[in-house]
Amino acid sequence: MLESLDLSTVDWSRGQFALTAIYHWIFVPLTLGLAFIIAIMETIYVKTGNPEWKKITKFWMTLFGINFAIGVATGIILEFEFGTNWSNYSWFVGDIFGAPLAIEGIMAFFMESTFIAVMFFGWNKVSKGFHLTSTWLVAIGSNLSALWILVANGWMQSPVGMRFNPDTARNEMVNFWDVLFSPVAVNKFLHTITSGYVLASLFVIGVSAWYLLKKRETVFAKKSMIIAATFGLLSALFVASTGDGSAYEVTQKQPMKLSAMEGLYEGKTAAGLVAFGVLTPGKTYDDGKDPFIFKIEIPKMLSMLGYRNAAAFVPGVNDLANGNPQYGLLSANEKIERGKIAINTLREYKEAKKTKDTIKARELALNFDENTVQGKAFLADYFKYFGYGYLNNPKDIIPNVPLTFYSFHIMVGLGFYFIIFFVLILFFVYKHDFENKKWLIWLSIITMPLAYIASEAGWIVAEMGRQPWVIQDLMPTVAAASQIDSSAVIITFILFAVIFTALLIAEIKIMTTQIKIGPKDGGTN
Amino acid sequence: MFENLSYLVLQQYWWIIISLLAGLLVFLMFVQGGQTLIYTLGKTELQRKMIVNSLGRKWEFTFTTLVTFGGAFFASFPLFYSTSFGGAYWVWMAILFSFVIQAVAYEFRSKPNNFLGQKTYEIFLFLNGALGTILVGTAVATFFTGAEFKVDTMNLVDITSNKLPVISTWEGPANGLEAVLNFQNVALGLAVFFLARILGILYFMNNINEKEIFARSKKQLLINTIPFLVFFLFFVGRLLFIDGFAVNPETKEIFMESNKYLNNLLQMPIALILFLVGVVLVLFGILKSIVKDSSNGIWFAGLGTVITVFTLFIIAGFNNTAYYPSSADLQSSLTIENSSSSFYTLTAMSYVSLLVPFVIAYIFYAWKSINNKKIDTKEMEEEHHLY
Repeated sequence: MLESLDLSTVDWSRGQFALTAIYHWIFVPLTLGLAFIIAIMETIYVKTGNPEWKKITKFWMTLFGINFAIGVATGIILEFEFGTNWSNYSWFVGDIFGAPLAIEGIMAFFMESTFIAVMFFGWNKVSKGFHLTSTWLVAIGSNLSALWILVANGWMQSPVGMRFNPDTARNEMVNFWDVLFSPVAVNKFLHTITSGYVLASLFVIGVSAWYLLKKRETVFAKKSMIIAATFGLLSALFVASTGDGSAYEVTQKQPMKLSAMEGLYEGKTAAGLVAFGVLTPGKTYDDGKDPFIFKIEIPKMLSMLGYRNAAAFVPGVNDLANGNPQYGLLSANEKIERGKIAINTLREYKEAKKTKDTIKARELALNFDENTVQGKAFLADYFKYFGYGYLNNPKDIIPNVPLTFYSFHIMVGLGFYFIIFFVLILFFVYKHDFENKKWLIWLSIITMPLAYIASEAGWIVAEMGRQPWVIQDLMPTVAAASQIDSSAVIITFILFAVIFTALLIAEIKIMTTQIKIGPKDGGTN
Repeated sequence: MFENLSYLVLQQYWWIIISLLAGLLVFLMFVQGGQTLIYTLGKTELQRKMIVNSLGRKWEFTFTTLVTFGGAFFASFPLFYSTSFGGAYWVWMAILFSFVIQAVAYEFRSKPNNFLGQKTYEIFLFLNGALGTILVGTAVATFFTGAEFKVDTMNLVDITSNKLPVISTWEGPANGLEAVLNFQNVALGLAVFFLARILGILYFMNNINEKEIFARSKKQLLINTIPFLVFFLFFVGRLLFIDGFAVNPETKEIFMESNKYLNNLLQMPIALILFLVGVVLVLFGILKSIVKDSSNGIWFAGLGTVITVFTLFIIAGFNNTAYYPSSADLQSSLTIENSSSSFYTLTAMSYVSLLVPFVIAYIFYAWKSINNKKIDTKEMEEEHHLY
């Protein structure tokens, strides 16, 4: 169906979702991490009673508040866009996907918004202990909200805990705990929130370095740096380990995404990991060209990371598109055929129901019942590829390789750099030699935007790398959209682009002004 | 516990939750109503500051309730989510835009070097207050008057024709904007707008300790009550006598029934009583504030709003009624039975709903601890975190 279809609505809807998600993600990681950094700072204040720490806490809290507001503004759109722009998706999996969104509201958003008020307005009204508890609850609340939305996202990458109901033509949840504790979701949650901690740490270090550059607030800046660098280093190490876990899950659940991340076209045993590489521009999967102009590889590492076995076979783009019988891989064409059979079986079932042909309907229904032999076979051999039925061509199952490859390598490269960077900061701060190291001060300032690049790159890997799927193997993005005129989406896209850009500029201006005002009077907080 | 309930009871339980959330949301829209009165009630910079700060400490509750309302609707009645949001695109998008600009307005308004200027953020607040309330009210009115959509799950399995395999489609070209052509819809929108302003005024009378604001609030209360009553009574009056969208409990077929919503009230006496109690409480809250200079009218009018809106939702969905009727294809109309989540999901979510009393308890406790006195000029001078 793809070839003859006008896809502009789908493309613009994707563009709009990407735009809103990318903007949202500028603000969220800072919220996730800064909340904990503030909580740690306030804890030190309460423990030591040193007013300097109160001043430090309040200053970072001011920046937190500015950033939080715009995170909220960009976040509400995303929730409702599932309905406005992805209405078919909302029905096809809403039975599973809606639950985490609702829980997010009930469990996390109220906690955040209630205690944020205590955090900002309660300094002189509640006890120190209650205030500190509120600050921690804001941190926990914001991270809880991340949990639920990432569980939802994890489920899209690796759908579990559900069965297909042919009568309602949708997937229905059968095990909530499978959804919540899916290894993909758990890894995604831990990897994403800790990457937020790293970003927030780099933000605090960057701003503090600016004070050192200006030779003001030096005590404040160094104290902030110690907290941020310690928290950042621990987080960055954790990010690396959960990143390994995430890559392992991708290998198992989304092999095409892994091949794109690595630019691996021809599968191989004992595959190496590309540490650095330049892709051949314009390469298509079947042109036989060398994918790389240049690359540096760590031997056997990809097999090791992906399968925990240095000799394992890692399938490439071509193995997944064309099939590889030696390793039991079906071709895309075969999956497309099977998907079409699954869709047509569902159609026949629905038609039989409509015409009240109960015997035929009962017979066809067996295909969707996992408790029957026929159903087991149909679900495993055909329904598993349901989403492929909407596609036509092997190339449809291949994501944008260069974008996925470079985003992945930028993210990983920066991730390792951040670990070294935190170690350097801690080393020189403890040596009391930081202020004299101009290069390090500048490095700290320059590193701040790199954190944002790494963070966004991570999401590009996750979301572009999984294309064409909105739900892995079950629903391609093209089948998920709403049926609205593309001109409507173009208009809202432009409106979002204008308003979010204006708000981003406003935020940056307000933040930099507050930073210039500095912690002397705690900003306007 | 919940797994022992029947599917229908779970669906009804969730419709009750949705109705309650809707009631709370409209009550909390006093924030939006208040936002349209900043310049009407505040004549000096300080007065406006007090008004904005008074609202600024509550806006997140309205916002969070809206988000939770959306999430809960999605989780419990996903077919509504996909049909209405994906179809009435413009209405929902306009509502969302108005909330996006609200979310930054408080925090950014008084900060130095805020790029767009204080006035712009105040306009954002006004737009949110006016658009948010009118459009939400107009959209909810279509629960009774119908909307132009079709639902056909066969579309999902249509892979040969040249169109997207979308289950829910909107039949009109205006993607929801056509709702404003029906004055009954707009009447509810305007009723919600003026009600929100009334609630905003009552909230200021309760929350701000400043003579001039109080006096102006009292005057505005009367001015806004009149149009509220006109639009509300027009809406309700028509509602009782229009044909409604009924469901045959046996065949599940949708058919038009004359005076359906009046019948619903008469056939569910508890709904009728609640409706009357709700309306009386709203009026009592207003009158008490006008006649006795009372500052606690917000509690009566607020509770009355929750009950009234709750009851309106109940008569939209209970007693074999299609809560989201289709004027384009009667049989596509959504009922709480044909649009809900599965038994399993509703059960799981019902356990989650047990958290709600706990959430309300901590909100109450936290607010009591920081909000036990009215906002006054002294606080504006002493408080460091100001909007």
